[in-house]
Amino acid sequence: MSVKLTEEMLSALPDNRGHFGVFGGRFVSETLMDSLMILEKEYLRLKEDPEFQAAFDKDLAHYVGRPSPLYFAERLTRETGGAQIWLKREDLNHTGAHKVNNTIGQALLAAFLGKKRIIAETGAGQHGVATATVCARLGLECHVFMGAEDVQRQALNVYRMKLLGAQVHAVESGTRTLKDAMNDAMRDWVSNVDDTFYIIGTVAGPHPYPLLVRDFQAVIGRELRQQALEQAGKLPDALVACVGGGSNAIGMFYPFLTDESVELYGVEAGGHGIETGEHAAPLCAGRPGVLHGNRTYLMEDENGQISSTHSVSAGLDYPGVGPEHAWLKDVGRANYVSVTDEEALDGFRTLTRVEGIMPALESSHAVAYALKLAATMDKDQMVVINVSGRGDKDIHTIAQIDGIEI
Amino acid sequence: MSRIEQVLQTLKGQGRKALIPYITAGDPHPDKTVELMHTLVAAGADIIELGVPFSDPMADGPVIALACERALAHNTSLRQVIAMVKEFRKDDGRTPVVLMGYLNPMEAMGYEAFADAAADAGIDGVLTVDLPPEEAEDVAPLFAARNLDPIFLLAPTTTDERIRAISEHSSGYVYYVSFKGVTGAAKIDVDEVAAKVGHIHELTALPVGVGFGIRDAETAAAVGRVSDGVIVGSVLVDTIARNQADTDQLKRALTDLLHPMREALDSLAS
Ligand SMILES: Cc1ncc(COP(=O)(O)O)c(C=O)c1O
Repeated sequence: MSVKLTEEMLSALPDNRGHFGVFGGRFVSETLMDSLMILEKEYLRLKEDPEFQAAFDKDLAHYVGRPSPLYFAERLTRETGGAQIWLKREDLNHTGAHKVNNTIGQALLAAFLGKKRIIAETGAGQHGVATATVCARLGLECHVFMGAEDVQRQALNVYRMKLLGAQVHAVESGTRTLKDAMNDAMRDWVSNVDDTFYIIGTVAGPHPYPLLVRDFQAVIGRELRQQALEQAGKLPDALVACVGGGSNAIGMFYPFLTDESVELYGVEAGGHGIETGEHAAPLCAGRPGVLHGNRTYLMEDENGQISSTHSVSAGLDYPGVGPEHAWLKDVGRANYVSVTDEEALDGFRTLTRVEGIMPALESSHAVAYALKLAATMDKDQMVVINVSGRGDKDIHTIAQIDGIEI
Repeated sequence: MSRIEQVLQTLKGQGRKALIPYITAGDPHPDKTVELMHTLVAAGADIIELGVPFSDPMADGPVIALACERALAHNTSLRQVIAMVKEFRKDDGRTPVVLMGYLNPMEAMGYEAFADAAADAGIDGVLTVDLPPEEAEDVAPLFAARNLDPIFLLAPTTTDERIRAISEHSSGYVYYVSFKGVTGAAKIDVDEVAAKVGHIHELTALPVGVGFGIRDAETAAAVGRVSDGVIVGSVLVDTIARNQADTDQLKRALTDLLHPMREALDSLAS
């Protein structure tokens, strides 16, 4: 059941303190407030600056290789036996995921603000690689914080970052995954706030990050809209994207929010199953709280302590989610669902075998759900999956699951 | 007048500075916290800042982050911390207690339930690290109605405009964070602190406590000279970590740390 959102409603979101309804906001220690307010002011100015936008578009075209194709998965459609399945190919971007759209944008912001030192957190390592990449290109000092557990399961990306000249800091505190990496990035930022720009990798964090990351990622949905009209002659009936922090999903959904006929599905990591408690699905099974600078749905215990999460995919292994998704859930505009590790792995294998496209384990969650969804839809309907990244980084994990040493 | 205001006013009348130690509740064990609070008072504390452990203490360095982990290993909850203060109040009706922590445990408990329980337990002030006044609009009236002082942070990066606005939302005292960094770092620059605190005093009539980086009598005196009180945290928490096994030894060690600070601060008065 969808509500009708209007352009007018959307243009008022977030409000001038970064709220999407009751969600979002700016919950940080005082030391960071001034930097966040300067960032907000500069971003709102640059957003309207044709020169800034032209620089962004140029990099997306010539460095990232955009537009990314919209591909009709004909054989997969036939085998699934329902709606037409199309793929938005963010996996074909330079560095292999949607993450780079955002790092290009934020690195441009850093340059405008005169900051020479860049920090980032990363889970799967895709955001870390995308950040290290833009830093290499612009000659910026780059520090990436990564949970010690993720350093292990994403060893390939760790080495990529090092080759690109970044320093990777393995975070040993807490649950040693993405949320702890974000804590340490925040600690570094507080300590080096004068010369450091924090490139957050998803639509979470304090205002204005959820806003600016969404704007940078919205290129996905804008392209898709135009491509769908050109290639299929209509808007899609359903969009499906995985949700970790929610940047690839919001980037895909945002330009369609006022199109009532387009159903939106955000797929969270069901891990071992929602009923086991071992998952990373705050929208499906969490409740509102405050973490990492914003109010949103969280996985927490009854005392407000953040729970540890589980997902086979490091990039979805996060107990929170972007505040705009929390709002879209509460107003009923988007549907949030989950698939388990096992279903995601099946999704990975299916897309690999049937279309010769190896999706990231994160994206495989969207694939798995979309296959179920398409099977229930009519043949003349159209489902688009956001293939947010490619699976090269996950080969090691999958081989391990298959019991194979590489 | 709140208990915090009374204590600070009395000290001011005597030309003395407040000594405000911080410990994390539940560290090393929930059974020890009340005892340690009494130890702090006996060693010269004027106000106690009692940390509420949180799983993701983003503004804290490793020393206090580990204290949170120790406390959470014993499942120390916000409700339990409030109960500890109630217990403390049975023997001490005089020393103000400020809860210091992060927002989410309070949000999970519910703001009204928290404010009721805190007031009932004899808690005097609440300092929430990740709650700037802009986001405190719903909480502020609940605190005001129960005489709980909202205490906000000021930082080296805080603009004059914000210093004024934050002070307007504060009561009791304002907490000046002495450097850009996390708790436990050793970056304090006393001249810089003196200049900024002097400036803050021009913008607000509230007492100014200074924390972060105070670890011995010398730094306490240097900062006490230019402020209304000093907050001492990581060095105490580190002492707790190193003496977890032996409570008597721990109490002696805490006393040995605070005593010289108390004396150094009081020597400023003469
Ligand atoms: C390929 C890929 N997809 C999705 C995600 C999840 O992030 P988000 O929900 O912000 O798109 C990641 C994160 O690392 C990723 O690498």
